[in-house]
Amino acid sequence: MSEKKFSKKHEWVSLDGDVATVGITKHATEMLGDIVFVEVPDAGKSVEKEGQAAVVESTKAASDVYSPISGEITEGNKAIADDPGSVNSDPEGASWFFKLKIKDKSEYDSLMSKDEYDKFCKENPS
Amino acid sequence: MEVQKTALYNYHKNLGAKFVPFAGYEMPIQYKEGIVREHISTRTHAGFFDVSHMGQFFLEGDETLIEALEKIIPADLKNLKVNHSKYSFLLNIEGGIIDDLIITKTEKGFCIILNAACKENDIKQISQFLTKNHKYLLNNNLSLIALQGPKSVEILEKLMPGVANLKFMTGSNFEYEGEKLYVTRSGYTGEDGFEISISNTKVEKLIDYLISNEVKPIGLGARDTLRLEAGLCLYGHDLNEKINPVEANLKWAIAKKRKEVGGFNGWEKIKNLLANGSEKIRVGIKPDGKVIARENTKIFSSDNNEIGFVTSGTFGPSVNAPVAMGYVKSEFSEIGTSIQLEVRGKKYGGKISELPFYKKSYVK
Repeated sequence: MSEKKFSKKHEWVSLDGDVATVGITKHATEMLGDIVFVEVPDAGKSVEKEGQAAVVESTKAASDVYSPISGEITEGNKAIADDPGSVNSDPEGASWFFKLKIKDKSEYDSLMSKDEYDKFCKENPS
Repeated sequence: MEVQKTALYNYHKNLGAKFVPFAGYEMPIQYKEGIVREHISTRTHAGFFDVSHMGQFFLEGDETLIEALEKIIPADLKNLKVNHSKYSFLLNIEGGIIDDLIITKTEKGFCIILNAACKENDIKQISQFLTKNHKYLLNNNLSLIALQGPKSVEILEKLMPGVANLKFMTGSNFEYEGEKLYVTRSGYTGEDGFEISISNTKVEKLIDYLISNEVKPIGLGARDTLRLEAGLCLYGHDLNEKINPVEANLKWAIAKKRKEVGGFNGWEKIKNLLANGSEKIRVGIKPDGKVIARENTKIFSSDNNEIGFVTSGTFGPSVNAPVAMGYVKSEFSEIGTSIQLEVRGKKYGGKISELPFYKKSYVK
């Protein structure tokens, strides 16, 4: 599994061959607060880079989750749909949102590194 | 207008509050623990809420004051005993709700607690009926603290002996730090609790005491989930000037005598609705799954006709499920009726549900 890369919309991506795993960052969960609803995409769905792919709702509001990378969904994480609160406890581990088969690895390469993302969050506080 | 702050603003800041603009005030939406934990600690122990943005409106006057207020408020003010409170409304000439409120009879007149966003207009509306024999004051020198939850009584009784004797929707004066303050047994969470009207100069000391008794600070976020589970309306969402008390399913809050005799704004219309029912009515709604039907979600019948809309919807931490309220055509308002909720373009099943979603435990 490759190193995690990050988007400006607070998603993370890791890559295993041509299959990417996408989730939302810890920073995102801290901004959202208690997560109470998650909708993940079904396998087979095509998503565009920065296109809407999933939904996450906190007690406060609903937010879209975008795919930082284009491709075809191979799996949505049903476990987080059943237990939305688990996204708060392990956002960058077991509580990934979806996996997708990517088309263009350069989209992954162009995302931010961990250090770049941390800096981005500091410079753009919510 | 400049953003206003309550006397506790800096105190909230030190407690780690996240602020949002609300009704012209900077108010805490949540503190460090977050909405769900704040909600649960109110239900299991006790929480305090700074609701000082709400209007504390005092009226005094001769015997004509009751007559004047009864023109715009459909409560039986003539028979309201001193230190007793009623939930009621200000009504416009169409019977629409200008604001919902709690009115308490005081020694010299009345105290009305008004919603923050409405208070300026409310005073304008009320004062139309007042004369030189009546005095009124929106008291901005007072804070209002709600203490809510099962441990509230035990904690407040230690500080102000006698509060335990108050029954729900009654109040009394108490001594605190050499000052007189007013406490009512009431609230907006479905829990036992109190609302304490206290001078801005003493309020921090009261909060110090509450915190030392493990009472958690609760923001507007949990206030909303608590009141919605308790089936209580939020003005500007579940109620507005175009909705009347019959549609709002709040006809219980119009005094029996006033229903018969009238003499208040909108009575003709309300009398007719009381006899014949209204076209739409406020109901509780439970989505079947986990989907949250938020405000403005369209409601459809099981055969796909649009029948209403959601006015409040969230996840209820104590119910551990999504809950909502909204208006549907009256023929679909029976408890258990299957409905559909359109969320993000997709229809999800749901049912008309009994209110409250969470059982209350008021001390009667």
